[in-house]
Amino acid sequence: MAKRWPYLVPLAVIAILFAIFGKRLVDVEQGFNPAMIPSVLNGKPMPEFDLPGLPGRTNDRGFKTADLKGQVSLVNVWGSWCVGCLQEHPNLVKLTQGSGIPVHGIAWRDKPEASLAWLRKQGDPYTLVGQDPDSRTAIALGITGAPETFLVDPYGRIVFKWANQITPEVWQKEFLPRIAQLRK
Amino acid sequence: MITELGHFALALALAVAIIQATVPMIGAARNNVAWMALARPAALALMGLIGFSFGSLIHAFIVSDFSVVGVYENSHTAQPLIYKISGAWGNHEGSMMLWITILGIFGASVAAFGENLPPALRARALAVQGMIAAGFIGFILFTSNPFLRLDPAPLEGRGVNPILQDPGLALHPPMLYLGYVGFSMAFSFAVAALIEGRVDAAWARWVRPWTLAAWTFLTLGIGLGSWWAYTELGWGGWWFWDPVENASFMPWLCGTALLHSAIVVEKREALKSWTVLLAIITFSLSLLGTFLVRSGILTSVHAFASDPTRGIFVLALLIISIGGSLVLYAVRAPTLEGGGVFAPISREGGLLLNNLFLATACATVLLGTLYPLIAETLDLGKITVGPPYFNGVFVPLMVPLIVTAGVGPLMAWKRGDLAAARLRLAIAAAVALIVIGVSAALQHNNWHDFAAAGGLGLAAWMSLAAITEWWERVKPLQSGAFGRLRHLPRAAYGMTLAHLGLGVVIAGVTASTAWKQEHIQTQAPGDSISFAGYTVTFEGAADFVGPNYSGQRGSFAVKKGERVVATLTPERRVYIQPQQQTTEADILTTPLADIYTVLGDPQADGKSYVTRMYYQPLVPWIWMGVVLMGLGGLVSLSDRRLRIGAPRRAAAKLNPQPAE
Repeated sequence: MAKRWPYLVPLAVIAILFAIFGKRLVDVEQGFNPAMIPSVLNGKPMPEFDLPGLPGRTNDRGFKTADLKGQVSLVNVWGSWCVGCLQEHPNLVKLTQGSGIPVHGIAWRDKPEASLAWLRKQGDPYTLVGQDPDSRTAIALGITGAPETFLVDPYGRIVFKWANQITPEVWQKEFLPRIAQLRK
Repeated sequence: MITELGHFALALALAVAIIQATVPMIGAARNNVAWMALARPAALALMGLIGFSFGSLIHAFIVSDFSVVGVYENSHTAQPLIYKISGAWGNHEGSMMLWITILGIFGASVAAFGENLPPALRARALAVQGMIAAGFIGFILFTSNPFLRLDPAPLEGRGVNPILQDPGLALHPPMLYLGYVGFSMAFSFAVAALIEGRVDAAWARWVRPWTLAAWTFLTLGIGLGSWWAYTELGWGGWWFWDPVENASFMPWLCGTALLHSAIVVEKREALKSWTVLLAIITFSLSLLGTFLVRSGILTSVHAFASDPTRGIFVLALLIISIGGSLVLYAVRAPTLEGGGVFAPISREGGLLLNNLFLATACATVLLGTLYPLIAETLDLGKITVGPPYFNGVFVPLMVPLIVTAGVGPLMAWKRGDLAAARLRLAIAAAVALIVIGVSAALQHNNWHDFAAAGGLGLAAWMSLAAITEWWERVKPLQSGAFGRLRHLPRAAYGMTLAHLGLGVVIAGVTASTAWKQEHIQTQAPGDSISFAGYTVTFEGAADFVGPNYSGQRGSFAVKKGERVVATLTPERRVYIQPQQQTTEADILTTPLADIYTVLGDPQADGKSYVTRMYYQPLVPWIWMGVVLMGLGGLVSLSDRRLRIGAPRRAAAKLNPQPAE
């Protein structure tokens, strides 16, 4: 009779695959998000940009890289066309209120009137707002979709990027510990 | 009420499936005829119950009963009826219902048409089907119940994702599942044969039609999915090597290998344990696809809203079914060997080579699909594996496969004559070389053009070799050709059509990959651009209102020389519920190319638009080739040999003989 071990090969291969799937499932169960892309910019300085403001907004002086120096801040990339941003916005307004951390907004691929009207309707949590209608800054920031939020340290370096909506859980788990760390 | 009855029927179906999985299996082991005979009525009852249950779900979608969670989440009163119905399987729960419905249909078909199967084999195969059904009905009832109610019922539903509202996608899942689930038959027969410890020519003859049917559906299903992506996503591509596309492609590759190796078992009783293994792996890959899409462990545009609890349930099902069958294989397969010997240069040799290339190709796709997941799980970093890997590894494996597929059918069984085959294929080879020469002479800007010339040469080789084989058998120029034409088995016609179709697909894939042109620009009304002998003029866009969407419809005049050949009207739609924008490309199809237009974002002046145009050489050939392949499968299925089953048993009935 032929050797037996070759007939065990398929079983061995599938057993290894199952072990990996099992571990992966446990990871996902514990909150690992396969969709999250680690930003290659983590730890790097924020790319240079100087964006015009929204005409008509109370503070319409725009938003540039130098504004990030001096304190911990958040940069939120959004657009009035983006449904995810609409869902995220109440959280952003509520969570950052009273946190003492300025949130700046980048209105991505949007018309300034539309951005402004949207902010008037949904509430405006932003300290500074810059518009990036042609994605030039979004590309430099490696934006894959909206909303995305960067946590920036007082030296203007990107600490961390969240490439999804900010929910209360995300705020608790991903942002607050990092902010506490930065403030030490 | 109907919904509750459907829910109840599904629970009953679980009970029936458990009976079908156990009683006939025990009956077969104890040689108890009555217990074995239970398999058939059970399979029929199972289909009836699942069918009723799925029917009641579809009913809820048709009448827009928003008190059912699934209907609320995936339907809307303004949707056209066909998308209300297809919405029933456009979500996780409903698609699982479709999955088990098809499983029920296949099981019942064995019960209804498996007249000539040996009772023990039939009982065992149906019992295995029962096990699969029990597992998946349990999965639906315990983790993915589509009959959950909402109280109070909302007045309006959330609507199905607009990009899924497309005729191609309404049909794509049923076709695909007919393929996936169809391979469960080969699996069940393989497991049954392993339990019996016997694989012979008759077994292969029973397995082949089921495999062929599944393969045909899967071919058409993948083709439809690709066509949908091409027409609906607006990027002019038809294959993205996305994990879920790969999940459907792997069973196809493996199933194609199975289809060919089963011929060797049938004709020559060789490659038995390999064929059984392929049958197990093909269905395992179908299950793996189900798992990957629904567990949330990898990212893909196709992923369903996923949840790890479901993932654990499906993983458990996978471990039991795949692990269990492979244990059985490891124990029993070593005793299956034997059968006909053959020289390396022979029909069997060619088919074996075909199997090696297909299996290797399947393994490379599997590796590329799972590698990011494996690397990440083992903390080797975030890696994406993209088209360059797949194209770089897959294409070189296809070249020798296609060369072999041209020669193989002209080989004799046992010992073939390569020199004679070479002589008969001289014309095909010569034409292939001419095609390569002409193509290289016309386009030779970079190495891509030469690679494409080679691809077209292979396409010509594959198609002409298929025709040559047919020509050799029919000999149209000699007397009696009509008789030979009529008496050539349908299976032979099926092979010719399928191989010809593959050649056509290769031509389409090659040309569209190498010579696609993309033009993105801002156009004001009256602006034209020219490419590939065509001039496309943007005539402006106007607002319009559809049944459950509104948007702008552009108008493009396509001219060839001075003659207007078509007016294309691509659309930008904004759906009412859910509010989502889609682009509807409009495509002019000619025998040699598609002119593909997309209307993009309007500009500040309100009249100009960003427009995208693609010149897609030979893309229509891809769809035509897929249809030819599917047709080949259907023609082959209608072969008399498969319809009347194995003659050996018929003879035994007429002339009873003592047991061997």
